[in-house]
Amino acid sequence: MVLNNPVVRNPAQDAATTREQDLIARVQRGQNELFYELVKPYERRVYAAAFAILRNETDAEDVAQEAVLKAFANIRQFRAEARFSTWLIQITVNEALMRRRRERTVVMEGIDDRRDEESDYAPRDFADWREIPSEALERKEVRQKLAAALASLDRKYREVFVLRDMEQLNIQETADALGISVASVKTRLLRARLMLRDLLAAGWEQGWFSRLPFEKGNKPW
Amino acid sequence: MVVKCEQVWHEISNYLEGEVDPTLRTAMDEHFRTCQRCSSVLEGTRNVIRLYGDERMMEVPSGFGRRLERRLAQNVRLTGGGWSVWSTWLVPVAALVLIAGGLRVANSLTAGPELKSEHAQPGQGVPPDMLVVVTSDAKLFHAAGCDFIHNKQTERTLTAKEAMRQGYVPCLRCMREYLHTAAKGHSALGAQAAAHIDTEDGNPHGGGE
Repeated sequence: MVLNNPVVRNPAQDAATTREQDLIARVQRGQNELFYELVKPYERRVYAAAFAILRNETDAEDVAQEAVLKAFANIRQFRAEARFSTWLIQITVNEALMRRRRERTVVMEGIDDRRDEESDYAPRDFADWREIPSEALERKEVRQKLAAALASLDRKYREVFVLRDMEQLNIQETADALGISVASVKTRLLRARLMLRDLLAAGWEQGWFSRLPFEKGNKPW
Repeated sequence: MVVKCEQVWHEISNYLEGEVDPTLRTAMDEHFRTCQRCSSVLEGTRNVIRLYGDERMMEVPSGFGRRLERRLAQNVRLTGGGWSVWSTWLVPVAALVLIAGGLRVANSLTAGPELKSEHAQPGQGVPPDMLVVVTSDAKLFHAAGCDFIHNKQTERTLTAKEAMRQGYVPCLRCMREYLHTAAKGHSALGAQAAAHIDTEDGNPHGGGE
């Protein structure tokens, strides 16, 4: 499993990309009423990016809307060499960061962050593993547990993780969006992934996935 | 090359990103084959990435899409957006309105109004260069010496054309001659209306100017 945003093409993806490029061109020519059609496939990602940074549903929705309006206002500046989804998410992150700066929240969080980055994180749980089927996500309870685990991370780890592993930005794009170095993205990403793994392993002990068809004695990792 | 568990943990994220050099990758692959703890870390991390990368993990508040679409639509309207669609019917409609308006103006210029009364007489029959008198706070213009001039101390003299341009209308008493002429030119009702002036409402000033 290599996560370097591999460009594995299939006909459906190609058709979707062509359709998106066509929509972009038409909106840029003035067919503004098509913009929502262009944005709709990414509206969940836009909200998730805003929520990862703001941690408040009302603010996240407001910022998501503002970001979409900003994207609409600047659609003529969008260039085809970038992915539209990445461009949209970067606008969203920027809007959310500006909102957070305005509201001056969690200022103190950054003081301890540096110390955390300087030390390696050692995994705590080494039980046998097994792949968790994606059907597990059909259960609201599982989604809530995963969301709670993510919410428990420090802000700087959560933001990098969301942008890289949920929003599918690459390392450089994540660094650009958050205004941090590539090295910091890598360090934070490693810690975020390992911490979440341990949190979910603890969740296994608490029976989060108890109704999933795992073999007796095996954890999903 | 042999790697220790701590080194594997340190590089495991880069390994999953495909960002370790081939030598280290080979060494880590070999390590995973023999170290159950590290293979547990590797697969657990893969689970994390796969589960959180699923779009079902991105839940939005109920009605989020609808509200976003509505706000976007409002913005598109405010910024004059959607013009290309509107223009498909707005332009022909605007053209029709202009044509209809043009026809109405042309009609008014050629046919003239159907006057019901001299009270509606705009004074076309009054010679435009005729000197007339107006006073402040009054609506009528008069021939000099007209008995119906009110507030005479504010009298001023100007041409009929200028008086009409300023919004004054002719006095039905002193300008009757011209109004009769004009009314006849527009409608047979003019003469009847003139005949009724004294009997019906002879005083055009009504309650005074």
